[in-house]
Amino acid sequence: MSSSQTVELKPKDYKSDIKPVWCPGCGHFAVLSAVTKALAHLGLPREEVALVSGIGCSSRIPAYVSVYGFHGIHGRALAAAQGLKAARPDLTVIVAGGDGDGFSIGGNHFIHACRRNMDLTYIVMDNEVYGMTKGQASPTTAPDWAKSKLTPHGPGVPSFNPAAIALASGATFIARGFSGDPNGIARLLVEAIEHPGFSFLQVLSPCTTFRPEQKEWKKVVHPFAEQEPTANPVEAAQRIQADDGMSTGMLYRTLVPVWQPDNVATTQVEALEGGFQV
Amino acid sequence: MEAHSRMQNNHNNAPHPTLSVAITGSGGSGVVTAGHMLLQAVAGAGYYGLMARSAGPQIRGGESAAMLRIAPRRVDCLDDSYQLLIALDWLNANRFAEEIPLTGDSVIVCDPAAGEIPPEIATYGARVMEMPLKELAKGIDGGRINMVALGILCDLLGLPQEAMLAVVEQTLARKGEQVVQASQTCVRVGYDSDKPLSLEAHLPAVDAPPPRWNISGNEASGLGAVRGGVRFVAAYPITPASEVLEWLAPNLERLGGSLLQAEDELASINMIIGASFGGVPALTATSGPGLALMMEGLGLAVASETPVVVANVMRGGPSTGIPTKSEQSDLNIALCGFHGDAPHLVLSALDIADCTFTTEWAVRLSESLQATAIVLTDQSLGQARALVDPPRRAPAGSGRRTAPPCDEPYLRYRLTDDGVSPMAIPGTDCDLYTADGLEHNEKGTPSSAAQDHQRQLDKRLRKLAGYDYGGDWARISGSGEHCIVTWGSSAGAAEEAARRLTAAGTGVRVIAIRLISPLPVQAMGEALTGVRRVLVVEQNHGGQLFHYLHSLQLLPADAGLLARPGPLPLRPAEIVARMTEEM
Ligand SMILES: Cc1ncc(C[n+]2csc(CCOP(=O)(O)OP(=O)(O)O)c2C)c(N)n1
Ligand code: SF4
Repeated sequence: MSSSQTVELKPKDYKSDIKPVWCPGCGHFAVLSAVTKALAHLGLPREEVALVSGIGCSSRIPAYVSVYGFHGIHGRALAAAQGLKAARPDLTVIVAGGDGDGFSIGGNHFIHACRRNMDLTYIVMDNEVYGMTKGQASPTTAPDWAKSKLTPHGPGVPSFNPAAIALASGATFIARGFSGDPNGIARLLVEAIEHPGFSFLQVLSPCTTFRPEQKEWKKVVHPFAEQEPTANPVEAAQRIQADDGMSTGMLYRTLVPVWQPDNVATTQVEALEGGFQV
Repeated sequence: MEAHSRMQNNHNNAPHPTLSVAITGSGGSGVVTAGHMLLQAVAGAGYYGLMARSAGPQIRGGESAAMLRIAPRRVDCLDDSYQLLIALDWLNANRFAEEIPLTGDSVIVCDPAAGEIPPEIATYGARVMEMPLKELAKGIDGGRINMVALGILCDLLGLPQEAMLAVVEQTLARKGEQVVQASQTCVRVGYDSDKPLSLEAHLPAVDAPPPRWNISGNEASGLGAVRGGVRFVAAYPITPASEVLEWLAPNLERLGGSLLQAEDELASINMIIGASFGGVPALTATSGPGLALMMEGLGLAVASETPVVVANVMRGGPSTGIPTKSEQSDLNIALCGFHGDAPHLVLSALDIADCTFTTEWAVRLSESLQATAIVLTDQSLGQARALVDPPRRAPAGSGRRTAPPCDEPYLRYRLTDDGVSPMAIPGTDCDLYTADGLEHNEKGTPSSAAQDHQRQLDKRLRKLAGYDYGGDWARISGSGEHCIVTWGSSAGAAEEAARRLTAAGTGVRVIAIRLISPLPVQAMGEALTGVRRVLVVEQNHGGQLFHYLHSLQLLPADAGLLARPGPLPLRPAEIVARMTEEM
């Protein structure tokens, strides 16, 4: 399906007229801005892009972008997106959500999406908290964070390392951005969308309401020590282990065949029916 | 009730002669192969037939049983008992005693060298015909007991030997000429061997057999899916649904679609929702435990009005239950498992061939109404194989109503008269929207306003409640003041019971419900006109259809219930007995 667009689209052309429900200062605004910038940079026709999400503050993003959107259920965005991509390989499919959505309730899908390596881009807005349900610990919350009534002593278990899991599960593109630098996120997104295969982009995206201390993140984020991504998983694993979780940039990129059915018909239903005749 | 009279002709009322035969043997003895070959020979001789199979608890290579019923006209259920049991050996055969009821007239063919008849089987008091199966096979280079048995069966059942020899050739050709020769010799030896006993009943010869198909219920469901236009399937393996997927995987590929083996059912349901959002009709197949995991996703399909179909092949429940045996106990979850008010379609296939019709119809309805459909079949249909009349095509419906490009202002969830709103398929210019499981306004923007909720709930109900489903909602047969109401695989036994009662002088009508929800209440009321006694027949413990029909106030207060759980199939005689009590 081709587009009739001739005029060049600007980032604002990818913004919908719906006002985000997010709190003032929420990191997710920067991701919204970065998505529109990246789409404009790539000049992708709006009707050929689908943005798929689950449930959470971050997962509200499809309605705010002027492309086809699917706002599904908690944790299942990757599943819906993979079904869509398998059936409609012509579309650019971007998946977005939070750390709770992607690493807790949707953790199994994260692992299998990484290993399936379909040509998708997955953005996780990681604020180390469940924003939408008002501030409970998520898998990426530090073990001693004791501000939630559900875990008054802190979750008490080591936090989940998204990059390590992505690498171990077979993701072919791993990068990290920070909401304080929307242009940086947009640049990573462009690379992620262009990468043939499963691209995982973790964005450190502060929750100003339930994790106000994350306002300090801008002081501690820093680029990865190595500027260039590695294609060597052993090297990538070493970088992840040496990392404090606050490095930004591209970590790992490799080319592995993507999983994608070719959807080419060679016969008709009537021909199959012949096989049942006695 | 035009459909009423049309359906009546579907079944000839006079009970017709049938022969039931069971083959049992230990792992590796070739019971299932023999069963399949016998069914093919039956087909070659112009008959109809049904073959169910049963296996012991071993994952691989345990004892198994093939249970066939052969008839000059279509058969939709197993009989009350078997005329013939042939045991290739007796190892663990006692496990099948309940499944293979015999009478004093039945004949057991067995090899004295295989030892004593297990007491659970001997107790039926059947006539015994000892035959040296092992010795006969041994005498032939490359001979096998199961092939000798096929020859014996062929003779006892009155099937032409040529039909069986042709099947041997067809089936074993790829194993080489030597194997074919050896097996054909076995068949001849079995056929020609002396048989001191014979069966009481015989099948009349069929002169001009109509075209028939040899198909399993699960294959039939797969075919119905692609007939309906399904081109994407995502699923997680589960007994007894996996054969639906095994048939679909290569065939979808040929048709330009694909099957994705998902990591779990939470994924598979959401994957098909994603594909359908992309404009490609999509289906998943599963069984009870998988259906339970899918419920949240199904609610999303309803709320976002993304058409999807679930083919649910029922097995004994709850929990892991009895995975390899049939039961009709998922009706409650199919009807009521959703949270929120979530109108959707629930259909049940009434026989093996009907798995094709009903699944196709479900896909067509789902696409036309942008609705969620659950098709209930079960292990007894899915994993059984039958010789059937080629299934007819389902009504095409209107297909998915799509939005033209730049349909300004595009309102995905527009409040239309019939409740169906044009759906913009990604790729369509301008009509950008976000599908949402959050309650929304007409545009699709999330909304918790009372008015939006009320209107969208009304719309989603209206599109299903206001649709004209035509005469296919049920298969209605027979007439009289007594009526059996049933659904799914129980229809076969119920209809046979009604034919027997009718032949004995008491007219009994049967309403076998195919479209369970939304049930066309007025048509149901009409179908029950003039009925004095109603018996609801279903294979579960709680009487799930019975309670549903009561909730719709469709049953008289004194309606009877025959609800018997699996794993044993409902047999016509127990329905006749129960109906006679009711009368
Ligand atoms: C099945 C299910 N369980 C629980 C919830 C409640 N819930 C909604 S959003 C959410 C967590 C969201 O956190 P995250 O994904 O990190 O996104 P954020 O809001 O922080 O952006 C939870 C638990 C739900 N919607 N569905
Ligand atoms: S609660 Fe946190 S994550 Fe949610 S919108 Fe507010 S700041 Fe953002």
